[in-house]
Amino acid sequence: MSTVLPPAAGGPAGPTTDPALDTGGGTGLWKDAFLRLRRNPQAIAGAVIIGLFLLVAALAPILAPYGGNDLPGRTSITPTTIPGPGEIDEYPLGLDRFGGDVLSKLIWGAQASLLIGVVSTTLGLAGGMLLGILAGGLGGWVDNVIMRFVDILLSVPNLLLAVSIAAVLGQSPYAIMIAIGVSQIPIFARLLRSSMLSQRGSDYILAAQTLGLSRSTITMSHLLPNSMGPVIVQATLTLATAVIDAAALSFLGLGGGLPQTAEWGRMLTYAQVELAVAPQLAFLPGACIAITALGFTLLGESLREALDPKTRRK
Amino acid sequence: MLRVIGKRIALLIPTLFGLSILLFLWVRSLPGGPATALLGEKATPEAVARVNELYGFDRPLLTQYFTYIGKLLQGDFGVSINTGRPVLEEFATRFPATIELTVIALIFAIGVGIPLGYFAARYYGRFVDHSSVVLSLIGITVPVFFLAFILKYLFAIQWPILPPDGRQNPRIDATHVTDFYVLDGLLTGEWDAAWDAFLHLILPGLALGTIPLAIIVRITRASVLEVQNADYVRTARAKGLLERTIRGRFVLRNAMLPVVTTIGLQLGLLISGAVLTETVFAFNGIGRFLRDAIFGLDYPVLQGFIIFIAILYAFINLIVDLSYSVIDPRVRVQ
Repeated sequence: MSTVLPPAAGGPAGPTTDPALDTGGGTGLWKDAFLRLRRNPQAIAGAVIIGLFLLVAALAPILAPYGGNDLPGRTSITPTTIPGPGEIDEYPLGLDRFGGDVLSKLIWGAQASLLIGVVSTTLGLAGGMLLGILAGGLGGWVDNVIMRFVDILLSVPNLLLAVSIAAVLGQSPYAIMIAIGVSQIPIFARLLRSSMLSQRGSDYILAAQTLGLSRSTITMSHLLPNSMGPVIVQATLTLATAVIDAAALSFLGLGGGLPQTAEWGRMLTYAQVELAVAPQLAFLPGACIAITALGFTLLGESLREALDPKTRRK
Repeated sequence: MLRVIGKRIALLIPTLFGLSILLFLWVRSLPGGPATALLGEKATPEAVARVNELYGFDRPLLTQYFTYIGKLLQGDFGVSINTGRPVLEEFATRFPATIELTVIALIFAIGVGIPLGYFAARYYGRFVDHSSVVLSLIGITVPVFFLAFILKYLFAIQWPILPPDGRQNPRIDATHVTDFYVLDGLLTGEWDAAWDAFLHLILPGLALGTIPLAIIVRITRASVLEVQNADYVRTARAKGLLERTIRGRFVLRNAMLPVVTTIGLQLGLLISGAVLTETVFAFNGIGRFLRDAIFGLDYPVLQGFIIFIAILYAFINLIVDLSYSVIDPRVRVQ
């Protein structure tokens, strides 16, 4: 009877296969991933783009020649002419139809996009993780109810879901943040849940159970940290879609505020009319959205590769 | 087969039921409530009270919900605030345009995406492969409305070889039988009308098609890469089968399962994309109608559309699942 005992009953808890317990020494999952990221040119390109974007967004008050909603060139535009890039020295990238300085608006737009992207993704991540932990950790009927709810939300196209939420909250940038954030909840919830389920049968969970740890301790300090990989990858990729979705919502006119608000999607709305005479008004903010999204996508995908056990061994 | 379909439809019911509750509560939580949503924000309190009584918004929530679901089951989706016509009727006249657009977009995405993904995997690490990776990155990161602007500027303004907006040149005196303009032209023998409608579809179709294109290329590439090194492919090669047979019947066919699933999952993205694309190209489909509904908070339209899309989504997924058994005989056995 007494021959089968859990090994090393008095020693340090948990087997070494649990990366969460692997503090220092050797290469942990995240340390290993970071080393691989540093060697991946794709990851570096993504990081550089994001770094530049963060810098511009943070230093907007210093970098931008004019305020975001200022109209310094109001007197320089006429109904038929809009000065383009290089035509007036004070406005290197030209003016828009309201008389706003395009360069300043692009810089302030970076700040607006960053804010919306980060806040909405944080919101989606937090909400999704809460639902995911409840569903994946508790299982049973809680899991069932939460997942059915998530299924319902997933049956509505993301943009329409965001639009519906924005409609309830009224016209404001905050409404857009919340709308995009909430519309991301189902994806995060599903991902975390399935990731937790796949970890549930692992040896280290069994070991933790054998040690008599409580269910909540096992869920929070063993199951959760080990299930976060795919969620973090998704969060990085979601930052890209959040920037694009935010631009789409304000392009559709849901942002509220003044028409000349310095926001990339909003700039595109008004560029529509002048596409033939001033295409730069569409191309510049569009390129900013695309490049920012590219940065987050490159980094997110390199992170996925770095964390993928299939490629890690090579 | 029939049992599978029946089971899937049975599974759909709780989802739709839950969705209807959410939508019902959504309208009730709109700022100012449903009456203000109907009348606009400047409505007088008397008018609001009258509408509340007329539509029963002053009755208990549960009673209201049962009235709502009862109407829904009879196919009554309400009346559009913007146009004053029944929502379902509005959908019926505009859906053909969007279906035409989506079909063109999907033909483009599948027609380019599957071969490109396939050749990228076959010539792994070579030029085709690299360009497919770059292309799919562009497709994912460039917003569809920005891409629409670029295409419109290049091919309708800078080099005006394609029409910039609309569904058909208004000067063409076309007869419309089905509201599918290309099909109408073909049915009535008005070739110029069909051709013109087709030309109007190219730019928006390309713009809209890039989203699924990027994803189809990726999935096809990954799937073919996995399958082409499988044991049964090696066995087929060892048997001395023709390379063409191996590639067509063993690699491509087995690699198609995840691709078909992905194509089915693109519907949501395509609808969201259609809202944006149709706005840029002034294309009079359901997307543009939705945009106006979003703008004017036309809640019966939005509500009806979301339910409609949820049903459509479920059916497309069902068709996708059923198509597995056509592609993969193993599914049929199980």
